[in-house]
Amino acid sequence: MRPFTFERAKTPADAAAAASRNPGSRFVAGGTNLLDLMKLEIETPTHLIDVNGLGLDKIEPTEDGGVRIGALVRNTDLSADERIRRDYGVLARALVAGATGQLRNMATTAGNLLQRTRCPYFYDTNQPCNKRTPGSGCGAIGGYSRQHAVVGVSDACIATHPSDMAVALRVLDATVETIRPDGATRKIAIAEFHRLPGDKPQIDTVLMSGELITAVTLPKPIGGAQIYRKVRDRASYAFALISVAAIVQRDGTGRVALGGVAHKPWRVEAAEAEMPRGAKAVTARLLADAKPTAENAFKLKLVERALASVLAEAKGAQP
Amino acid sequence: MKFDMPATTNPIDQLKVIGKATERIDGPLKTTGTAPYAYERHDVAVNQAYGYIVGAAVAKGRIESMDLTAAKAAPGVIAIVTAENAGQLDKGNLNTAKLLGGPAVDHYHQAIALVVAETFEQARSAAHLIHVDYERAKGAFDLAIAKNSSTPPKPGFGGPPDSAVGDFVGAFESAPFQFDATYTTPDQSHAMMEPHASIAAWNGDKLTVWTSNQMIAWSVGDMAKTLGIPKENVRLISPYVGGGFGGKLFLRADALLAALGARAANRPVKVALQRALMMNNTTHRPATIQRLRLGATKEGKLTAIAHESWSGDLPGGSPETAVSQTRLLYAGANRMTAMRLAVLDLPEGNAMRAPGEAPGMMALEIAMDEMAEKLGLDPIEFRILNDTQVAPDNPAKPPSSDPQSKAPEEKHYPHPPFSQRRLTECFRTGAERFGWNKRNPVPGKSREGHWLMGIGVAAAFRNNLVMKSAARVRLDNKGVVTVETDMTDIGTGSYTIIAQTAAEMMGVALHQVVVRLGDSDFPVSCGSGGQWGGNSSTSGVYAACMKLREAVAQKLGFDSTKAVFADGQVRDGGRSTPLAQAAGESGLVMEDAMEYGDLDKKYQQSTFGAHFVEVAVHASTGETRVRRMLAVCAAGRILNPKSARSQVIGAMTMGMGAALMEELTVDKRHGFFVNHDLAGYEVPVHADVPHQEVIFLDETDPISSPMKAKGVGELGICGVAAAIANAIYNATGVRVRDYPITLDKLIDRLPEVA
Ligand SMILES: Cc1cc2nc3c(=O)[nH]c(=O)nc-3n(C[C@H](O)[C@H](O)[C@H](O)COP(=O)(O)OP(=O)(O)OC[C@H]3O[C@@H](n4cnc5c(N)ncnc54)[C@H](O)[C@@H]3O)c2cc1C
Ligand code: SF4
Repeated sequence: MRPFTFERAKTPADAAAAASRNPGSRFVAGGTNLLDLMKLEIETPTHLIDVNGLGLDKIEPTEDGGVRIGALVRNTDLSADERIRRDYGVLARALVAGATGQLRNMATTAGNLLQRTRCPYFYDTNQPCNKRTPGSGCGAIGGYSRQHAVVGVSDACIATHPSDMAVALRVLDATVETIRPDGATRKIAIAEFHRLPGDKPQIDTVLMSGELITAVTLPKPIGGAQIYRKVRDRASYAFALISVAAIVQRDGTGRVALGGVAHKPWRVEAAEAEMPRGAKAVTARLLADAKPTAENAFKLKLVERALASVLAEAKGAQP
Repeated sequence: MKFDMPATTNPIDQLKVIGKATERIDGPLKTTGTAPYAYERHDVAVNQAYGYIVGAAVAKGRIESMDLTAAKAAPGVIAIVTAENAGQLDKGNLNTAKLLGGPAVDHYHQAIALVVAETFEQARSAAHLIHVDYERAKGAFDLAIAKNSSTPPKPGFGGPPDSAVGDFVGAFESAPFQFDATYTTPDQSHAMMEPHASIAAWNGDKLTVWTSNQMIAWSVGDMAKTLGIPKENVRLISPYVGGGFGGKLFLRADALLAALGARAANRPVKVALQRALMMNNTTHRPATIQRLRLGATKEGKLTAIAHESWSGDLPGGSPETAVSQTRLLYAGANRMTAMRLAVLDLPEGNAMRAPGEAPGMMALEIAMDEMAEKLGLDPIEFRILNDTQVAPDNPAKPPSSDPQSKAPEEKHYPHPPFSQRRLTECFRTGAERFGWNKRNPVPGKSREGHWLMGIGVAAAFRNNLVMKSAARVRLDNKGVVTVETDMTDIGTGSYTIIAQTAAEMMGVALHQVVVRLGDSDFPVSCGSGGQWGGNSSTSGVYAACMKLREAVAQKLGFDSTKAVFADGQVRDGGRSTPLAQAAGESGLVMEDAMEYGDLDKKYQQSTFGAHFVEVAVHASTGETRVRRMLAVCAAGRILNPKSARSQVIGAMTMGMGAALMEELTVDKRHGFFVNHDLAGYEVPVHADVPHQEVIFLDETDPISSPMKAKGVGELGICGVAAAIANAIYNATGVRVRDYPITLDKLIDRLPEVA
């Protein structure tokens, strides 16, 4: 870990301004991802801005019948919130499928969205990795790639985004609210928030330098059976091999997003038209342009079968 | 004391303390965080500095240049140790690769430097400033390829590389039922909780190291040899060990570099091996490729058994002895086994919990299940049909290749009887308890909602080894008995069984016994390894206590053969004297060791068991979750049923890891284990561990030692993975021969879903 300076910001605008004053700075929320990466010198900020005191830790109703989740709401609190559990069950389920109780107590909504990939080559600074060191190559391509992405990949990077929460937010059509150093605020649809790797895998999201997430909003609840199915090698405390977030209505229509298959939560709205025709049809559209490696090709079949099981469960769960 | 005749009745047989489920005497220290582990010994030496290890970034090659300038100038840095400035270093007898590499690099993450600084953070930060240029060399990293140029290894712990009885080839060819399959087991990591850690301090030319180590005497010897100093100048202290599983049998880089760092910094230095280095820097269980061939009559009698195993290691290393159990477990007149060793430039392979049998049983016990099915026999009945009371294949050690060797020729017993063997009873007891009769022998037929249900079984087998072990016992004027031995407690419960032994022998209450372990100033014990620790270390304590009993009797003028030690008193006829009084003001101290004759050659000493497992495999995704586990063990006298049970359920959990998730994945281009942290190397978590039950058959083995005990700590892992594999087959009809059995290996062959 490199030496760094540290400050506690008082307001969101302060925090964003502090970031632009200090190039090479980073916000720190729960620190559960950032600090690990700093210890390994994968992240080497020279200045940390603590955003825990910004008062962004509330869950409030919005005018249009949805909810606004403060950027600093802890994963544990969000998953335990009565309204989230009732109206946005897929989100509560995705949250508790992630990490462990201890980590969820620290992890925040914004931090979770911005957590970095778990690609083991990204974590080993002796190895080539375009995401960590642009231009150094990709260790995973031709190497150990069982966990890696199967769609939306590039020749530069095949990493996945590891968040469970983000997959649920994608299926719920969430919006990310931010404030920039110049004080301007904006709303970013979750679909646009995370990037595909392309030739710049070092950039995970569309956030600009110094841009602070203030909240994530969810639109009015849409009901339906809300299921999050995470498939992994052990029963808990493991990242998803694949995951399925689904909202299925009584007539068989609905929405599906996938985790563990791409550089971002993966959703193809056009594929959802196929839902009444079953998992095979949906998966064919969802993963139409898949480019798996020999080691992770199993994910294609796994998605189809997990989705089939989710759809069957949704049928059984209809009120 | 020499143990060369079967044990007769002795004070241990009173079973007032021994054999009773006893809570760990060190439990309160552990649960209150007051048991001092190596890295936490802040009190033992003042002014401790911190060391941080730099691991090699390539698997094989040479360091062309190492630029230390920036690191040396970094805040707080006191010294940097490299091969260039460390002075002449030898290599430990038990190390395959050097613990401090450079300029040659032998494996990935081999230590190449230690940065010593005032704080841990400064040392870590400076370590990142060291710039190294390497000349990479080509290496061999793929066992499947290197196997083709493998050779017979030197005979070692697992016996000679080859064995043959009768005519395997002829018998196999003419057998009406034949089975031939190849299995693979991956490289595995010990992944214990406490990383390797040491604090070293020099006082003149004398070195003290507070460390975490299973085998004190081995590591004293290797530390002295590596540094080129007399053994007498090295003291190792390791009273508490946060798990080892074989990973801490040897001197490792943390201890050596702490010593070198302390010398360079001229003050005490502490070093913990970073978690991310553990998998590649230290030893691991090597991967195997195993071929099993079985031939049987139509009634199910095995007539031909062949087991061949290939593994790899660095030059000068040793094989994974995966065929050991196949020489002993099942009858069969015609048989052969062979081990071959390939050169691989991966990190050093070595012992991990039940080396040999753990991976060997993973293959053999699936093969037995497959053969039973082929024969149309119940897998338990098939095993029982081929049970044997004598060792079917006990190859002689080849004569020493050293013409100067003065070692006397050992007498060889080709088919020694087992000292105790109740394998059949283990199966029968387990079958009844587990509800084996509820298993549908036709695979893929039992279902619970979305889950395919299956039941599987496998034998458990692990040899029992006896090792010389010494102890010192002191009786003081308060009647307190203090035991000192360099035996270690690696979480196994050594403290407690040693206290139980001394209490039983001296006739005092458990709380009147003090046990002090893990210090090289104490008499040399057997150490913790190969599941010999429990039986052998307590036998050493038995020997020392026998001597102390005699001394007490003699002092009081009692007849030592008739004196009764009970309730803190010594009685002889009508006379009775408190032990405290017998000890006198200055107390009494006695030391002795237990040594062994050739009972372990005249008799085959092994431990046996049966593992029963029920699994649920998700019909859609292929995720396997274990529902129930039962182990029935026959392993001699169980000294402490409570800690023995803990050992067995821990081993069952570890076996589950081997079956379902544990694998060091090899990057075959760059030659290293990719998943080198606890996020990437998955072991079972609580949510994976189901209801577990352990039954110990009531057994004593007078051939093994005066304790009449044997090992259990490794027996529990042997066979579990195969039982799970067999249960998965029973649930799904899918046979997987490559561990771990992850869902990607099932999913293509699971039944269609709607
Ligand atoms: C062992 C382990 C297992 C895990 N398993 C899972 C799992 O199974 N599923 C899963 O989904 N996650 C898992 N996680 C990841 C965990 O969810 C994340 O570490 C956590 O959500 C990050 O939140 P944080 O608040 O601690 O972020 P931090 O570490 O504080 O920050 C992460 C990033 O977000 C930035 N940031 C933080 N707040 C803001 C803000 N308001 N605006 C802009 N930028 C901001 C920081 O600068 C930093 O770059 C695991 C983590 C660990 C360590
Ligand atoms: S997949 Fe991406 S993160 Fe992983 S090594 Fe390649 S570039 Fe780096």
